[in-house]
Amino acid sequence: MRAIIGKLGRLVLHGLQSTGRGALLLRSIVFQLPHAWSMRRETSEQMQIVSVGSLPLVVTTSVFVGAVTAVQAVYQMQAYVPMKFLGTVISKSVFIELGPVLIALVVGSRLCANYAAELGTMKVTEQLDAMNIMAIDPVRYLALPRFLAAVLMIPVITVLANTIAVVGGYVASVLTLDVTSSTFIEGLKMFYKHSDLMGGLIKSFFFGGIIAMSGIYYGFNTEGGAEGVGKATMTAVVGSCLSVLVADYFLAIILFQIVFRS
Amino acid sequence: MATNEKWVIPPPPVQRVENPAEFQGIVLEGVSKAFGPKVVLKQADLLIAKGETIVIIGRSGQGKSVLLKNIVRLMEPDEGLIWIEGEEVTSMRRGDLMELRKSFGFLFQGAALFDSMTICKNVGLMLEEHTDMTPAQIRARACECLALVGLEGSDDKLPSELSGGMKKRAGLARAIVMKPRYILYDEPTTGLDPITSDAITDLILKLQRELGVTSIVVTHDMPSAYKVADRIAMLSRGKIVFSGSVAEVRSTTHPMVRQFIEGSATGPLGAF
Ligand SMILES: Nc1ncnc2c1ncn2[C@@H]1O[C@H](COP(=O)(O)OP(=O)(O)OP(=O)(O)O)[C@@H](O)[C@H]1O
Ligand SMILES: [Mg+2]
Repeated sequence: MRAIIGKLGRLVLHGLQSTGRGALLLRSIVFQLPHAWSMRRETSEQMQIVSVGSLPLVVTTSVFVGAVTAVQAVYQMQAYVPMKFLGTVISKSVFIELGPVLIALVVGSRLCANYAAELGTMKVTEQLDAMNIMAIDPVRYLALPRFLAAVLMIPVITVLANTIAVVGGYVASVLTLDVTSSTFIEGLKMFYKHSDLMGGLIKSFFFGGIIAMSGIYYGFNTEGGAEGVGKATMTAVVGSCLSVLVADYFLAIILFQIVFRS
Repeated sequence: MATNEKWVIPPPPVQRVENPAEFQGIVLEGVSKAFGPKVVLKQADLLIAKGETIVIIGRSGQGKSVLLKNIVRLMEPDEGLIWIEGEEVTSMRRGDLMELRKSFGFLFQGAALFDSMTICKNVGLMLEEHTDMTPAQIRARACECLALVGLEGSDDKLPSELSGGMKKRAGLARAIVMKPRYILYDEPTTGLDPITSDAITDLILKLQRELGVTSIVVTHDMPSAYKVADRIAMLSRGKIVFSGSVAEVRSTTHPMVRQFIEGSATGPLGAF
């Protein structure tokens, strides 16, 4: 029992320490923001890696998320709730929660692993040292473009995913669940609120930051050879996913209890 | 160590100056560095005069690479001070340090090429970042440097497409592209065939004669060391234990140096 508490304590301390040092890294990235324009080529390269490379993943995830939401909603609503609310349920759950969070988990893990492994390999093969000795700041040259790419592209991907998921839900409803097209669309429009979509997008903006910071931080702090890179990648992905879920709760409180409260 | 009792080890050379802030060149004063319990540098002193080529020899794992990295603050020494042209490096602000580093070339033992960039981009990156040269000018200068190390025609290859020796030479081209005043070579000829090795040795000599660079060369390759060195220093057990000209090295009776240059397994350095 004591051992478990001790281990938990160390884990919490480690988490806090990483958060603190991550905050310092974030600060130095923010200080480099004035150089963003000069790093536009590298940034757009990273944006392509984030977006184009993720497309198959995004499409598959979103279609099935939309479809399964439809199936589950119909199952739970049967006989109690009129089917005209189906479109409402699907669009709300996708815009507010499923879209942003699932994209942050699925695309985010892909991205975070990419950042951590690439930067970690550069660290252990002395490429970061080489950059430093060439008087090129790795934070500006490597971290800034990756951070910007994630923060800008994750919301864009989320919008795309939201759309595809609603279409997936629609197709599943109409083809397999005996809901007519007009009923579905009526529900979709009925309770649509701008703030739902906006809230989800604001969340995904923060998720983009969390994903990038986790990958960059663990990449830059990799020690040891191939094993170290593996460990850093694993820690980065786990850290990113957990932080996204925790942040999701707090952002939900801030956004939907305070900011968008009607 | 018990083996030491059989050999008379002369006292280490004096490598200190009265006023390091006025010394033209590099001064290391009492530099120590340990990794956990493993002490690598122990109060090491070293003077490197401007324009000089100093070769540092020493057995594998004695801390030669660590010494080089401490000079340019890729590693922070645990204690001790380092002056470069009168400026103290260990307490320098980051901006000044970055400025100072522009006058340094560093050849890594493992080349450390950026593996996502072509060789040409690797070599030209510093010019791209720190000068106003046009892309065409940068490319021309990069190709010129690559030709100096015998790598013409490989500019658009990726580092993974090069052999070990070619990577080393590309790393050297990258180190000299900004015409640095100081070049730190970590084993420039290791892994090269004898002919290329001699050509690189000649290049080091040429850079020193034509541009007046100050060089620190870490090497195990004694023919190359004899050819380029103004002075040879030996690092052992965390300190500089010997320093002398090529002639002095050849004729020395210092048992550690003798053992090293003769490549003998018996001596004060031990076999392992
Ligand atoms: N980052 C590090 N972390 C821990 N120990 C290190 C690190 N870098 C070097 N060392 C240790 O410091 C010692 C000196 O290493 P260094 O690379 O300077 O040796 P070297 O003299 O350059 O050897 P070689 O001729 O084989 O290159 C070694 O024992 C090594 O284990
Ligand atoms: Mg070495």
